Amino acid sequence: MLRFIGRRLLVAVPTLFLVVTLAFFMMRAAPGGPFDLDRKLSPSIEKNLEARYGLNKPLPRQYLDYLSGVVRGDLGPSLKYKDKSVLQILKENYPISLRLGGTAILLASLVGVSLGVLAALRQNQVADYGVMAVAVLGVCIPTFVTAPMLVLVLASKLGWFPIAGWNGGALSSMVLPVTVLALPQIAIISRLTRAGMVEVLHSNYVRTARAKGLPEHRIVTRHALRAAILPLVSYLGPACAGLITGSLVVERIFNLPGLGKFFVISALQRDYTVVMGMVIVYAALILVLNLIADLLYAALDPRVRLA
Amino acid sequence: MSASVLVPGSRKGAEAMERAAVKGRSLWDDARRRLLRNRAAVAGMIVLAALVVAAAVGPCLAPYAYDAVNKTDVWMAPLEHGHLLGTDALGRDLLARLLIGLRVSLAIGLVATAVSLAIGVSWGATAGYLGGRVDEAMMRFVDVLYSLPFIFFVILLMVTFGSNIVLIFVAIGAVEWLTMSRIVRGQTLTLKNKEFVEAARAAGLGRSGVIARHIVPNLLGPVVVYVTLTIPAVILAESFLSFLGLGVQPPMASLGTLIASGALDMELAPWLLIFPSAVMVVTLMSFNFIGDGLRDAIDPKDR
Repeated sequence: MLRFIGRRLLVAVPTLFLVVTLAFFMMRAAPGGPFDLDRKLSPSIEKNLEARYGLNKPLPRQYLDYLSGVVRGDLGPSLKYKDKSVLQILKENYPISLRLGGTAILLASLVGVSLGVLAALRQNQVADYGVMAVAVLGVCIPTFVTAPMLVLVLASKLGWFPIAGWNGGALSSMVLPVTVLALPQIAIISRLTRAGMVEVLHSNYVRTARAKGLPEHRIVTRHALRAAILPLVSYLGPACAGLITGSLVVERIFNLPGLGKFFVISALQRDYTVVMGMVIVYAALILVLNLIADLLYAALDPRVRLA
Repeated sequence: MSASVLVPGSRKGAEAMERAAVKGRSLWDDARRRLLRNRAAVAGMIVLAALVVAAAVGPCLAPYAYDAVNKTDVWMAPLEHGHLLGTDALGRDLLARLLIGLRVSLAIGLVATAVSLAIGVSWGATAGYLGGRVDEAMMRFVDVLYSLPFIFFVILLMVTFGSNIVLIFVAIGAVEWLTMSRIVRGQTLTLKNKEFVEAARAAGLGRSGVIARHIVPNLLGPVVVYVTLTIPAVILAESFLSFLGLGVQPPMASLGTLIASGALDMELAPWLLIFPSAVMVVTLMSFNFIGDGLRDAIDPKDR
């Protein structure tokens, strides 16, 4: 087990290295620089600025400097937000994205698994068709459609929730963004759960449990569900990627001060260090989640042996 | 069936036997019958065909050009002044813009999927067929790419090289080939050791014959299914980029840009949001229904 974790972490290092390298050179290949303003700076000021951030050195040199900084845990200063380091920006905005995404995935798992189990138990009945119809709609309606529609109806017309803003993480401000993020995940999770449940309910050990005379709810919760949610565990990684993509849209529409809102702006403004910092954080997040998924998988399914 | 075709050992005989066997099993006939019995899939195909026709000929038939600005007909509600679906802030006819947007979105879906298909199938088939260390290295590379936060790289790519349509094709295609290569590799691995492949070899069919007649047709099923599910994913990805302002640039439109600009004006002109969203959802749904139907038809054990 420890060896497995160690090996996976060893693979993670070259992956992260590749991420940093690719992002660094792509960012630098972009035309323009962080100090291109509407009003042209005088050449001497621009030179001073570049010298201050080390941007006047040759590119390979800058790359090595950046790498050694990353290894020491120093992501450098932001080029656009004066007197703020990238770490500070991450610290301020990352928790908001994390809270949104975390709440969304929790909500999606709870609702999705319940709906999936319900559909599987009532296979080919009205409830099943209803759940599957919702699942198809959830997959086909993109977040950038649900978000404005929900805002239009629930916020503007009915006034139940604020139209946008974070308000220090007030519950009412979180309801709409979390719902929008969770909907596609609910759709996918309920489909996966239904498929898993249907298969497991026909398996021999569930028949054995029935033959022992166990009550149905116990068979479902204790025996069937445990095996049926296995595909869900391996879906954790892709789900996280989906949430990150969704958060880029949702944080923009609801004007939430999370990382997703910053990424596109920073990339357009050529704030090299901030963009790099975000890419690194998200890549690390995905790697860690994939590792957790593998460990969970092994913990839930005794047939899997980690090697 | 005449006896002369069944001379064992001769190449011609092997191929003829092959043809007879395929015909007898009629795998694709079966699949087609199953597909046509699936009502959702058939509905999806009909709707999709209508959408494709609309996208192909619609822009030529529409009474307005998609980029024709009309300062007197600004913010027309649907059906006002002969604008069936209304107009936007610049007085451009929404129906014309919707038709061109649908065309752009479908085209991006097709081309980017073709890109991912080309990369994915050749990568996966090579890895699967060669096996061993090459396979290991190639698939490890795919694993590494899988764990990259890809959306960020697509965004960086668009920022770096500016948004042009060709780049959108390439960027999205380059993201979507990973799953395709995994599917193809897995399929190739299992196929190449199957008895019927061995039998074909024993009957005198050469390597290229084996690949063309046995490996590729059996790859086709899962690949076709995955393609129909990739196209909507690509359309979604392009719309997502357009929504962030990184995709298709105005006055050209895609479903994503229409939805994005509609969302900005939804208080004033809800039709600008509702119609493009509806077309988007209907398009994605018909692709998904066809994809699911195809999967059930081609791979019945997944039902």
